[in-house]
Amino acid sequence: MNINDVILKTVSKAVVLIILTFGIYLFFSGHNEPGGGFIGGLVIASAFVLMFLSYDSETVSGALPIDFKKLSALGVLLAMISGIAPMFFGGAFLSQSFGYFDLPIFGKTELATVTVFEGGIALTVVGVVVNIILSISEDE
Amino acid sequence: MNNLLVLPMLLPIVVGVLLIFLRTYGRVQAWISIASMLVTSGISVYLLHKVQTDGIFRLDFGGWEPPFGILFVADSFSVLLVLTSSIVTAICLSYALISTSKELQTMYFYPSVLFLIAGVNGSFLTGDLFNLFVCFEVMLLSSYVLLTLGNSKRQLREAIKYVSINIVSSWFFLVALAFLYGAVGTLNMAHVAERVAEVGQTPLLTTISIVFLIVFSLKAGLLLYFWLPGSYSSPPIVTSALFGALLTKVGIYALFRTFSLIFYHQPETTHLLIGIMAALTLIGGSLGAIAFNDIRTIAAYNVVIAVGFILVGLAISTPASIEGSIYYLIHDMVAKALLFLLVGTMITLSGTSKMAGMSGLMKNYPLLGWSFFVTMLSLAGIPPLSGFIGKVLISGAAIDSGSYVLLALALLSSIFVLYSLLRVFKNCFWGETIVSKEEQPPLRKGVLWPCLALVLLTIGIGLGTEGMAPYVTDAAETLLNPGIYIDAVLGLIQ
Amino acid sequence: MESLIIILVGVLTTVAIYLVLSKNIVRVILGTAILSHAVHLLILSMGGLKLGAVPLLGEEAETYVDALPQALILTAIVISFAVTAFILVLAYRAHQELGTDNLSAMRGSDDE
Repeated sequence: MNINDVILKTVSKAVVLIILTFGIYLFFSGHNEPGGGFIGGLVIASAFVLMFLSYDSETVSGALPIDFKKLSALGVLLAMISGIAPMFFGGAFLSQSFGYFDLPIFGKTELATVTVFEGGIALTVVGVVVNIILSISEDE
Repeated sequence: MNNLLVLPMLLPIVVGVLLIFLRTYGRVQAWISIASMLVTSGISVYLLHKVQTDGIFRLDFGGWEPPFGILFVADSFSVLLVLTSSIVTAICLSYALISTSKELQTMYFYPSVLFLIAGVNGSFLTGDLFNLFVCFEVMLLSSYVLLTLGNSKRQLREAIKYVSINIVSSWFFLVALAFLYGAVGTLNMAHVAERVAEVGQTPLLTTISIVFLIVFSLKAGLLLYFWLPGSYSSPPIVTSALFGALLTKVGIYALFRTFSLIFYHQPETTHLLIGIMAALTLIGGSLGAIAFNDIRTIAAYNVVIAVGFILVGLAISTPASIEGSIYYLIHDMVAKALLFLLVGTMITLSGTSKMAGMSGLMKNYPLLGWSFFVTMLSLAGIPPLSGFIGKVLISGAAIDSGSYVLLALALLSSIFVLYSLLRVFKNCFWGETIVSKEEQPPLRKGVLWPCLALVLLTIGIGLGTEGMAPYVTDAAETLLNPGIYIDAVLGLIQ
Repeated sequence: MESLIIILVGVLTTVAIYLVLSKNIVRVILGTAILSHAVHLLILSMGGLKLGAVPLLGEEAETYVDALPQALILTAIVISFAVTAFILVLAYRAHQELGTDNLSAMRGSDDE
């Protein structure tokens, strides 16, 4: 069965990039505004899901050699590490800190360790969501 | 800083995540997870000692002081349960290493068990009601996965019922949390307890407490146990053993915590209700235990009886009865894991779970038979085994407080436990067997070691009650004097 | 505003319970999803409702809402999302294995 899905394929090529950018924007804006790791991760995952929808899973898996199960495990690990790290500096578990640094291009920037934690969450969400969709859609 | 306090939850999660990367190495996973459980046990022993010397202590996550942040609180009760569950899990995992098939081991069995333990330990240690909900969900999600591992038709069917009933009970939990937050404006257990004590337990708060009672009863299998026998008798035996030993106990812990720390002002309503529910649970569980011919179902109904028995202690709520409940809770974790492992070994040997299909196992497997005999005595409460002290204390407290109905039911249920297991013992181990020694399938090498370890543990708890006494007394004292707990949590900011 | 939301919660719960009590497993799952939405709204209204305020207290903020219910809801949404996904996959697998999506046909017997 061949459905003529040239419109879907062409549009998704462009839209995937937009969705990914929006996801990353949401991820970074989460520090002081609505957004954050979970929502950013969901949006990024929806970009991947769109790719799986418009192309077959072999093509996408060939282009994106990511094991999404391991990606979510990596995310949990990253979040946990950001929680464990302060324990070695005498802080409580999950303590966060932030500071202001002068970076070459951005100028004075606030960098916070909570970003690492949020990054872990985002990876976990991407991994889990894509995994769920794949496991429902794959027929054995 | 008391960062050690988070390790009983953190260590299983981190190790579980690492094991996902080692998916294909079944035996390596087993050894690593057993080692991590042993480390957790070691940490719990240290924590128990520290509680004994320094009093209750807490860990504020991210340095947010109570009542604003999430926190873990260690008191003797919770740490004793963490210790017991870690040891029991280590032993169950070693049984899995010996007996479980390779396919199961590579299907994320060990990570799921570790996440389950993380949820269980987190529920024991947390000092925040919403965090309790989250830990429950961590535990439940892992239990859903464990229940469906293996993919047999029966498992899938039972899993759908189990998952649906737990979704509904989680919904009730959220409803109760929402109303409680609306009523007292906080979810930190100590803070809630303080505010409830200040304003008095109004009818509204009592109603909220009954919603909590329904939620935790569903998890513990108190009266609302109809889902339990089916789902505990369908998964692989190690999973059943872990469920039987740990899952209902978390619900029981939550009942003890909420109804001794927060909602203890109206015992004529709440504790009476708990007493009635416990009585009905004892009756229902006893009838179930003698009604069935499937030995796994019999074992599952024995879990129900124990839940009723432990909650009798909470319904009476005197120092002796609470102490008895704690002893019995610890005993039951060990004994139920043992019972399920033995039953599972019997099923593997005879290829059926029906009593009619087994006979004369004693001739070829005397060690298995006598282990089962010891387990039976322990569950029935024969001294010097571990079940004895709990039964004596609860019965004594029931006499002192004049709760003769509960006393009669509790003692009758012990007879039903004895009868139901004696029936299994007589039918399966004695009688004629036509299978000769050569034809009997050999026991897998070493499969009895974990069972023997648990047998030794139940004997050890029975004989070493004297050594445990200071910890249990301290736990009961904290439960009966909420002020100690509240001061330890909120002390710094007042 | 609160009364309106509470009525909405009631309606959602009614719909959800009607769905949960049906025999088709997909309807049951939809019911549980709606059930969780109802309770999220309940938690939100328990924190008090204000129009046009975000739960973030900046330096120039004049008004803000209680942030805790929002944090609770976010957590609850994540959990109900995971559980719903799990039970969907479970229902799908069960349909493949058992050949039915009717819950009363899943009662089963002891002969398996």
